[in-house]
Amino acid sequence: MANDKKENENGKLSRRDIIAGLAALPIVGLVGYGLLRSKSEAAKRNSSLLSDIKPEIQTGIPALIEGKTLRIGIIGSGGRGGYLMKALGFVNPDRIDEYTEKGKTDKYWLQYLEDFRAQENLNVKITAICDVFDKNADRAIAAGANVHRNGKGGAMDDAPKRFTTYNELIDSPDVDAVIIATPDHWHVPIAIEAARNGKHVYCEKPLSWSVAETYEIRDVVKKSGVVFQLGHQGRQTESYNVARSLIKQDVIGKISLIEVCTNRNDPNGAWVYDIAPEANEQTIDWKQFIGQAPWHDFSLERFFRWRCWWEYSTGLSGDLFTHEFDALNQILDLGIPNSVVASGGIYFFKDGRTVPDVLNMALEYPDRDFTLLYSATLASEKNRGKVIMGHDAYLELSDTLLVNVDPRSTRYKEKLEQGIVEAFKPIFSYVPGQGAVDAITSPTEKYFAGRGLLYTYRDGKAVDTTHLHLREWINCIRAGNGAQPSCNIDQAFQEAMAAHMGTIAYKEGRRTYWDAEKEVIV
Amino acid sequence: MRYSKTQSFALVILRISIGWHFLYEGGVKVLNPHWTSKSYLLDSGGFLKGFFEQIAGNQTVLTFSDYANAYGLTLIGLSLVIGVFTRYASIAGMVLLLLYYLSHPAFPGIEYLFPSDGSYFIINKTLVELFSLMVIYAFPTSNIFGLQRLLKSDKSFLE
Repeated sequence: MANDKKENENGKLSRRDIIAGLAALPIVGLVGYGLLRSKSEAAKRNSSLLSDIKPEIQTGIPALIEGKTLRIGIIGSGGRGGYLMKALGFVNPDRIDEYTEKGKTDKYWLQYLEDFRAQENLNVKITAICDVFDKNADRAIAAGANVHRNGKGGAMDDAPKRFTTYNELIDSPDVDAVIIATPDHWHVPIAIEAARNGKHVYCEKPLSWSVAETYEIRDVVKKSGVVFQLGHQGRQTESYNVARSLIKQDVIGKISLIEVCTNRNDPNGAWVYDIAPEANEQTIDWKQFIGQAPWHDFSLERFFRWRCWWEYSTGLSGDLFTHEFDALNQILDLGIPNSVVASGGIYFFKDGRTVPDVLNMALEYPDRDFTLLYSATLASEKNRGKVIMGHDAYLELSDTLLVNVDPRSTRYKEKLEQGIVEAFKPIFSYVPGQGAVDAITSPTEKYFAGRGLLYTYRDGKAVDTTHLHLREWINCIRAGNGAQPSCNIDQAFQEAMAAHMGTIAYKEGRRTYWDAEKEVIV
Repeated sequence: MRYSKTQSFALVILRISIGWHFLYEGGVKVLNPHWTSKSYLLDSGGFLKGFFEQIAGNQTVLTFSDYANAYGLTLIGLSLVIGVFTRYASIAGMVLLLLYYLSHPAFPGIEYLFPSDGSYFIINKTLVELFSLMVIYAFPTSNIFGLQRLLKSDKSFLE
């Protein structure tokens, strides 16, 4: 009975039924119209923003060149030396256990360990260690033997040999190449010795501690023909390459000012490192530590916190400004500045240090018509970013890259008037691994991009730049065709001279000039 | 159940409005090949923060979540607007909204990167939309105004 009724009703749909049944369809059309409109506007915006811009984006990592196992000696195996070893694939088994333990409560460390274990094997062997502090040497030996990336009790391979002097390490027939991660005042003497003996060199930044030795190392490296890489791993930062190509295409217009900074606010960042309890005159070869520096009686403070004293360090200019300089040298081919003025002081860390904890430097490039401004403090974390200011837009750089339009831009005048772009809002973004520069259109995207959260995440997917930097050096060694890596000795020379000009300007309270013809600081 | 004209009108308007919102949000995502929920997920807060961040960190899961979101929103929206399978759509819509809420709960003390458009304490617009869908679920109207009216014959409640 009920069924009959149903069929009956079904067969006789009234006009009312049909209207009420289909009346919502036009609403779908209306929403669809809205969608298509927004889509076509977004497409127009995108095409007009990106039409004449062809950013160069590296795709993938060049293949590792096959060859014999490279035998590496580590000279200076403290904090940075240990990190470089990790980037090569060697970590002390203690550390592996530590990551595992921390990973139980914090997944970040679990991922960290996984990423380390997944890091490409570079086909290298640590055959030699040299450190003036026994504890550092012992830890590095254990790390060097940990070929299989195990924790304590796991399978280990042959341990590297310890040498008490760098000369002996360099002389060793078991060493093809050296990594120098000593205090600054030792970089050049060791690098020269290595290059003269035909050992390839990866040297931590800055290149040199004094002006005079900068010329010498350049000559020796060039004559020896060894593969030389300075440790500015920022060379591997993808966004810098993209920035370079965007600037070449005049996306931001005439550059007049570049601002870079260092902002740190913790003892570690201010080089007040922990003093190891094992350290004493018996476990540290103090005389060798002093090297070419003026004699000073044994001091644990000076040994562990050497960056605080000019005798062993190059201060903010050599230690931290050089990172910024090298990034910009890579992007803009800066070269050595025409002149530098500097000011600052020891304003926060009244701990007996001689290097300033606040430093401001202005580097002039009259040929290029712009100034590079560096400003640093070790007592505030208010980060001011890395900004290249052009007439049409400014480019902000970190791991990601953002281009923001200037309201008075000539190039984007029409687009500003048409409302296609908004002043001070990002119009392009680039994030590593994306493989494309995006024109940013939606407000949400602009918001997130402006705060650097669009795709950046410590998910560890990004490969360690230090690993890539070492890899580039190793590839050049294996290629053996005379090719030098990206941060070669010429780039290193420019980095060192720019930093020295700043240091001299600060110390002598005067403006330093670069005589490009004679290649001297005056 | 019989509704008065005013009741029917109010319920249908509510259903279509929510549908419109879902359909547009979904459509925008479907039509934008670069859209991803990653930044939203990374901005998560509350007790499930870790879970949502994990989704963002795993490319396979993230891709699935992006598709599920974009097409889920679109289909739910379409269904609510044209008035077919609205009870299923209401349930699916509530699940999605619950996930959105749990990733960005309006609990005191949690700050998000993306600014909110108002001031909320526990109840926010996401939750209100979720409860509105509960109303849509409890008081179906697609037999009054919607495709269902043509498909289903049982219109006894209309009489």
